[in-house]
Amino acid sequence: MTNSALAMYLATIITVTIITFYFFWRVLSTPPKKEPDSYVNNDDEPR
Amino acid sequence: MSNKEAWGSRVGLILAMAGNAVGLGNFLRFPAQAIQNGGGAFIIPYLVCFVLMGLPLLFVEWGMGRYGGSLGQHSTPFIFGAMDKRKFWKYIGVFGIFTNLAVAAYYCYLESWTLSWAYHSVVGDFMGKSQEEVTGMFTSYIGLGTSEPIVFWIICLLLNTWILSRGLSGGVEIAAKVGMPLLILFGIILAFQGVTLKAGEHGAVNDGTVGLSYLWTPNFDTIWDGKVWLAAAGQIFFTLSLGMGSIHCYASYVKKKDDIALNAMSAGWMNEFVEVVLGSAIIIPIAVGYLGIDKIVEMTSGGSGFSIGFMTLPYLFTQWGDVLSAICGLMWFGLLFFAGITSSLAMGTPVMGFLQDNFGWKRQPAAWAFGAMVLLLGIPCVLDQGAFNEFDYWAGTVALVIFALAEIILFAWVFGMTKGWKEITDGADIKVPIIFKYIITYVTPLFLIIVFAGSLESIWANLTRETSLYENIARALLVATFAAICALVYVAYKKGVKEGRFK
Repeated sequence: MTNSALAMYLATIITVTIITFYFFWRVLSTPPKKEPDSYVNNDDEPR
Repeated sequence: MSNKEAWGSRVGLILAMAGNAVGLGNFLRFPAQAIQNGGGAFIIPYLVCFVLMGLPLLFVEWGMGRYGGSLGQHSTPFIFGAMDKRKFWKYIGVFGIFTNLAVAAYYCYLESWTLSWAYHSVVGDFMGKSQEEVTGMFTSYIGLGTSEPIVFWIICLLLNTWILSRGLSGGVEIAAKVGMPLLILFGIILAFQGVTLKAGEHGAVNDGTVGLSYLWTPNFDTIWDGKVWLAAAGQIFFTLSLGMGSIHCYASYVKKKDDIALNAMSAGWMNEFVEVVLGSAIIIPIAVGYLGIDKIVEMTSGGSGFSIGFMTLPYLFTQWGDVLSAICGLMWFGLLFFAGITSSLAMGTPVMGFLQDNFGWKRQPAAWAFGAMVLLLGIPCVLDQGAFNEFDYWAGTVALVIFALAEIILFAWVFGMTKGWKEITDGADIKVPIIFKYIITYVTPLFLIIVFAGSLESIWANLTRETSLYENIARALLVATFAAICALVYVAYKKGVKEGRFK
């Protein structure tokens, strides 16, 4: 693999992977909002 | 009204939204576009377009969807209608139903090919065949040499309809929670196989990294070429499923106080991960490993890796022996199938939402009505490749750009960015950079105008070329479908006024 291709490849996939995982981690680590929210799985009683 | 749909969980919503965006193009179109437009340098205009056009449109579509949902509307005709009282917006919103129906008509057929090829991979039908024989097998398949394509198409339609009839949390979300992790897992395994391919092993003539190197070697001269920017903008547009109305529909089931900004970012970047990280590491490294660069450049000259995906890879997998060939074939076509079905399910929900909101239909009849409409519209696409291409061009390409241009004008300039920005940022779990407010107002509309202007020549050429009988039937069906949805919107509006739901 040429140096320029390797640099381009690594820079891109590392950046995209880090940003993707960062936002997904933010979603997972954000506490749910007070009920009633948009999601039924965390409801105390079924809707 | 009978629409009581809801998402089960936030992760489920994000996976469903990412699944909506991730489609066959992530694996077949992106690498081919990159090869044809400057290799590694393509990623620069591509990511610039993602930030200046993709992310802003995602924010806009999520914002419009949640706003419409808060008023009890889950499809674009009446979401648009709620944002501005002038009647014509409702009819522009018709694109958000029309496109989903028309694209689903050929997309479900395409999806059924992946199911069939996964089956043939597992039972070993590609083993012992030459490259020409595998190509012939595919040509005969799409030429309806047997009844098998029809059987797989019907299975695929039934599966889509059945999942849709189970609702958002009980059907679509479960499909996304199963499909997306498996798609990513299969993608990682195949990408590993592609990148670690060694010349001399199993008949390969090049290392997998030769293909990767070719794909990623930047040709910076191409950055100044307008056509490359147009190709990058087009790829961003199609990969994110923008301008379809499906994002609006999924987002319309999110409550006013809940986040959409972080959700949009997470789903959008997940699509980029699948496309850039996984999509670039499968077909090109493997195909170049066996066939060399010149052949692959020739095979991707149309801007699509479709022939490599369906005609070349199954043959190349057979070089790896019985077991690995079956496993890799199953993973490759399974991955494409999951990419396809999570997108086609998203096409069903706006149609169902429209029938449930405005005509009081229950979920199951609405799902079966969608299935029946897709079946009817899909018949010419199954029978003739020309009709298939007509549906793809007019509904799957032109309509998206027109719709997106209209929606950004409505959101930023008619509804107004002050209210629009509030819609995007209300309940947000991240701070959305204020610069996006100005990008949405000025830059994204300009981008879309350029994309639309850039496609006018091809639209004119398509309109004025000689067409076959099936192509004419396809065009007539598309026009009739659009007109029929306009008529339904008119009836729904009158009904809503009578019932006091609309002013």
